[in-house]
Amino acid sequence: MNWQALTAELFPQGHTITERELFLSGTGTVDGKIVTVIGTTGHAAIGVEIALAQAKSVLHTVQHFPARPIVILVDTQGQRLRFRDEMLGINSYMAHLGKSLDLARRLGHRIIGLVYDQALSGGFITSGLMADACYALPDATIRVMGLPAMARITKVPEAMLTALAETNPVFAPGAENYLRMGGIEAIWEHDLATNLARAIDGAGDADRRAESGLARGGRMMTKRVIETILGATAADSHVCTT
Amino acid sequence: MTSYLESSARMRVNALLDANTFTEFLPPSKRVTSPHLAVLNTPVSFDDGVVIGEGKLRGKSVMIASQEGAFMGGAVGEVHGAKLVGLLKRAAQDRAYAVLLLLETGGVRLHEANAGLIAVSEVMRALLDSRAAGIPVVVLIGGSNGCFGGMGIVARCANAIVMSEEGRLAMSGPEVIETANGVEEFDSRDRALVWRTTGGKHRYLQGDCDKVVSDDINAFRNAAVDAIETCYKVQISLTLSALLDEQQMLEQRISQFGTETEPLNIWARLGVPDPAAVSMMEAESFMQMATTATRPTRSAS
Repeated sequence: MNWQALTAELFPQGHTITERELFLSGTGTVDGKIVTVIGTTGHAAIGVEIALAQAKSVLHTVQHFPARPIVILVDTQGQRLRFRDEMLGINSYMAHLGKSLDLARRLGHRIIGLVYDQALSGGFITSGLMADACYALPDATIRVMGLPAMARITKVPEAMLTALAETNPVFAPGAENYLRMGGIEAIWEHDLATNLARAIDGAGDADRRAESGLARGGRMMTKRVIETILGATAADSHVCTT
Repeated sequence: MTSYLESSARMRVNALLDANTFTEFLPPSKRVTSPHLAVLNTPVSFDDGVVIGEGKLRGKSVMIASQEGAFMGGAVGEVHGAKLVGLLKRAAQDRAYAVLLLLETGGVRLHEANAGLIAVSEVMRALLDSRAAGIPVVVLIGGSNGCFGGMGIVARCANAIVMSEEGRLAMSGPEVIETANGVEEFDSRDRALVWRTTGGKHRYLQGDCDKVVSDDINAFRNAAVDAIETCYKVQISLTLSALLDEQQMLEQRISQFGTETEPLNIWARLGVPDPAAVSMMEAESFMQMATTATRPTRSAS
């Protein structure tokens, strides 16, 4: 779905979203209330400029519109893979975006992510994955990298990865797998405007992905490991004396 | 002097903390291993490549994590990530004096990519929770695998970063960029170029790192102590004003240096008298020289 069709469905009460070099920004009306909208389109590669532009919109919202919800529309091929971005410290730009969203959350802004097309690794980690809750459309692609590249790097044969991907949510691309692991809160089949309003109402600032991952059977270890560490006593630990 | 670079994750922890004060959580004897590697016929590690626990730093209780570069390049899988999250949450629960993260990692572990990606974002959230709870997080980078991928972002969410000149901090590794866009874009075998683009000295001059130390665990220890003390004097949690300052610093970086193609030119324009000599400088004389440069000030972001 292109962003124009998407935003028409998400904001039937109107919006002011515009695109500038694959960066989306503006406001939308949800249940009569204004929300800030940021995002990307055209499978944008997230370079230093686009990360900074998104952060700027978030900080502007924090500064001028207390508690206004923020909606992040995700369509990205991941971080931009260029020498220049690395030289300029792209990780700092991504971190700046992540920290800006985190500050907004703590100051009472509800933050909703929506993967409407494609989400990949570095482009996703400081956008949708930093939201209070992230949702996806049924056709959305979510992954870290494609199976051929993964086969090359992990030295596991591609045929084996492809076969395992059928049943194993842990490395197979797809919104459904992220749902099972708790990374995606729900998949929105239809009625996007109602879903968005409900998501904003129901959002909270605690990270509940470990619980969801366990409840849905996609990540069985995370919650247990965290809880063991929180309850760790001398009996679970050992004192190292070397 | 003990080389940080050549030490294992566990050796670093023991040498960094006060002697005999480290207690490990989920040690290898507990056999908490990755559930995802067996199907790929890949061996597991009994600590999933990260050592976590508590100990004392100059008598104060700290939480510490140390990634083992020798196991899958320190990459973050489900268990590895959950251990980092658990440690950061434990720091808030126990009101630790600080959290030390000894990062050596390529980022998300591709063998369990989806779980790893979510885990890295959980680490980011937990790190910022720790800061919000008033507990400073200091990152140390000096292992041979550097600190890359999503963990390069996590590092820049911490209060402070200490690096050796051998340490590297970036997002996509040079090999990844070369594979995607060709050797003309980034020659990953040009080690000097890789170091002056991602190494500690460049990151320091640029304002992304707070101190460059020599490859010596004791130097890291002293710098960590200083960095924590500075956090308590300045600001631990995120603030709007610090992030607005950071926004300005990052905007300026693009407008000043966005058309440069060579880090040496950036250093020259920052006022480094002899950029070509920087790579040969010892950490101490580098830090002294850098006081003459117009290095951007790091905000408490």
